[in-house]
Amino acid sequence: MSKPTPPKGLGPLAKREMRFAYSLLLPTFLVVLSVVLFPLLANFWISFKPIQLGDLRTPSVLVNERLMDKLETVGAEGDIRYRVRNSSKKSDIADIVMTDAVPASLSIVSFDDRCTLAGQNLTCDLGDYEGGKREDIIVRVAATQAFIDTPDNIKDTKPAFEFVPENALLSGDFSLENFSKLFNSADFWPVLWASLYYTIFGTLGALVMGLFAAQLLNLSFRGRSVLRGLFLSPYVAPVIAVAFAWVLLLDAGPGGTLNALLQQLGVIDAPINFLGTRAVTLDFGLFTFDFPVALTVVILFEVWRYFPLAFLFILARMQSMSTDIYEAAEIDGATPIQQFWYISLPQLMGILAVLFLLRFIWTFNKFDDIFLLTGGAAGTRTLTVNVYEQAFAVSNLGAGAAVAVVVFVVLLFFALIFFKLSPEDDA
Amino acid sequence: MSRIGNIFILCLLSGAFWGAIYGVLVTLLALLISGFEFQPQVIAGTLAGIASAGVMTVRPAGERDRKTFFAAIGVFIAVLVIVSGFKPLGLGMGTYALGQIIFVVLLAWLVTTTVEMIGRGYGPSHEKRYNVEVVILRFLKSFGLVFFTIAVALPFFVMVMMSLKNQQFLLANPLDFSLDLSVGAATIFRSYIELFTEYNFGTFLLNSTMISIATVVLTLVFAVPGAYAVARLKFPGQDFLSRSILLIYMVPMIVLVIPLYAVFSQMGIRNTLWGLLFVYPATTIPVALYMLQGYFRGIPAELEEAGLMDGLGRMQVIMKITLPLALPALASVSLYIFMIAWNEFLFAFMFLDSVNLFTLSRGIAELNTSEVPRQHLMAGAVIATVPVLVLFLWFERFLVAGLTAGSVKG
Repeated sequence: MSKPTPPKGLGPLAKREMRFAYSLLLPTFLVVLSVVLFPLLANFWISFKPIQLGDLRTPSVLVNERLMDKLETVGAEGDIRYRVRNSSKKSDIADIVMTDAVPASLSIVSFDDRCTLAGQNLTCDLGDYEGGKREDIIVRVAATQAFIDTPDNIKDTKPAFEFVPENALLSGDFSLENFSKLFNSADFWPVLWASLYYTIFGTLGALVMGLFAAQLLNLSFRGRSVLRGLFLSPYVAPVIAVAFAWVLLLDAGPGGTLNALLQQLGVIDAPINFLGTRAVTLDFGLFTFDFPVALTVVILFEVWRYFPLAFLFILARMQSMSTDIYEAAEIDGATPIQQFWYISLPQLMGILAVLFLLRFIWTFNKFDDIFLLTGGAAGTRTLTVNVYEQAFAVSNLGAGAAVAVVVFVVLLFFALIFFKLSPEDDA
Repeated sequence: MSRIGNIFILCLLSGAFWGAIYGVLVTLLALLISGFEFQPQVIAGTLAGIASAGVMTVRPAGERDRKTFFAAIGVFIAVLVIVSGFKPLGLGMGTYALGQIIFVVLLAWLVTTTVEMIGRGYGPSHEKRYNVEVVILRFLKSFGLVFFTIAVALPFFVMVMMSLKNQQFLLANPLDFSLDLSVGAATIFRSYIELFTEYNFGTFLLNSTMISIATVVLTLVFAVPGAYAVARLKFPGQDFLSRSILLIYMVPMIVLVIPLYAVFSQMGIRNTLWGLLFVYPATTIPVALYMLQGYFRGIPAELEEAGLMDGLGRMQVIMKITLPLALPALASVSLYIFMIAWNEFLFAFMFLDSVNLFTLSRGIAELNTSEVPRQHLMAGAVIATVPVLVLFLWFERFLVAGLTAGSVKG
């Protein structure tokens, strides 16, 4: 009987495990590559191109074929005119070849010198068309007896084309124009500022409210689980539903609930256009302050919608805390506020920091909320809304992509900070 | 023992506060429900709250019984009615008489109960700092509960009520949410019926359901093997992967939208549900993977090793041991992905042009024009909200455990 020996060199086994792991990860990797990483790079590419939304339609060759003369006797001659044009005003089309069959009842007298004739089949090599080019190809034909007896319609055989359209996305035009326009435009800094303001206050607000709500529901009382479900619902409901509910709630016109309520209470005299007022000037005597109304309302919406997330995680963390330390503090005579300040809060710092950084980044990325509430009007245009505005409202894809690049760069900056500060064991 | 200590003062203050706040809230509630133009009597409410709190807390903590409670309620009602000049809700007692009585009693009960809970066990004498803080924190908590409940519920309340009210009527009386039940269910739910019969909401609902379920299935198919690999297998780059998965989730969707729009347009798959089915799982796989790998790590490796020893292959181990054990996590991840896909707006809005392909989010966006009554817009919002909310609240316990165990997400 041989003595058992420990296996030497885990090489093959480890390799097999590695191969297995890679094969499990490969599908995910491919999907993420094609839908996240590739578009990310493509966005950089597009941002350096002068490209409009309309350029996405690939150009094609359009033709109008017509027999120009009436042929009434045998031997009468006339022109068939092919009016060929490039459907796009901007993009080029290369290597256009037109083929068409001329009816047998017409004999071909002469034709454009770019064409060749095989029987009744005409093949014309038209070369390249730049954007917007149109030209006429003339083929001279003579009528035969058969044509006089039963006139064929030359349109019965449609000319066919082969061509290589230029793809606006792949063309070699590059410029820095998108970026220079972006940085020189008057609203670049206001937009960036609004973005930061929205992100910082939205994040802080959601965290503070989440912390407050978690303190409330950390006690046990009747109806607690009902309230917990209620508190989570802003986060769970579709953004479009709650955003429109807010829009109607805050409406300044007749039928706006909040304005009507405030008027009924005598708080305000005339309706306030919450989502349409850029700023009101508050006069404190010594100094005046332009209070951004619409931006604040949008931030309140953000806080309302995302405090449940902070609430959820803070509550989970609080319920996992050991109670011993509180009992000890109780015996030592620590008051409830001291217990919160010196025991709970330090223990929550970890989750609060993680939540802050994640929420900060996600709030910065947020597009739908503001888009649905104000569409970016009244000083609420953030960078992300500006991407949409440039690319799809102004129809300048390149400019939109340039804004998206700025979004990404700012984000990368935040993400770096996040990874520098991230504690080893989060959540 | 001095009669008037700091606790007594605090209780009077909270009585004043809650008398005013509940006064406003109950009056508004009466206004919304009845449609009568009630006016909150803030000063009367404040004074009544003080009086009632005084009656309640002037007695030592141990002697406050049922009789004290009813006396406090009685005093509240009396002061409120007299100070407001027999218009406790701002209108003469004759209008909506029975309703007014109910609301006034409700108001008195709310204020008294709250003050009783805030002061329970303490006062009225001077107490030490600990007890003062307890009373103050009770006050803050009662305030917080009322504040959060109203702030969270108000938009949903408005959403539901507006979907049931005729727009002309609401424009004339924006605060009148009273429902006339005598007109019949068909009239009350008119906007819902019209959405399904005239605005294709049946199709949208079907599209949303199909897309969401397909996204869940696809995501799991991709994420489960990946998560298992990251959690269990050793390979170069493992650490890097498990840390950087979440990084992918931080890529803003708006940055991806332009290239995807451009490429999908040229490939002719933009205005199709397939396009969405390509994008949605790709955006959810990283989170799902992150959440699942956290859970897989928590499953004892010994169980799987036992399976390996007994001659199962890795695939069989995953299918027969890991997945059954991870069922709660799979459920919560599925629910979560379903929620993301169901609520997704940006890509549906950018990609879909044909009405028969719309998801609910996209369909509701189409209702936001002046030609469509608001009633329909809000009915659409309710239709989109109810399924996901019901599903979520039903499985909430699962979801919360799964979400908080494995990861963090926004």
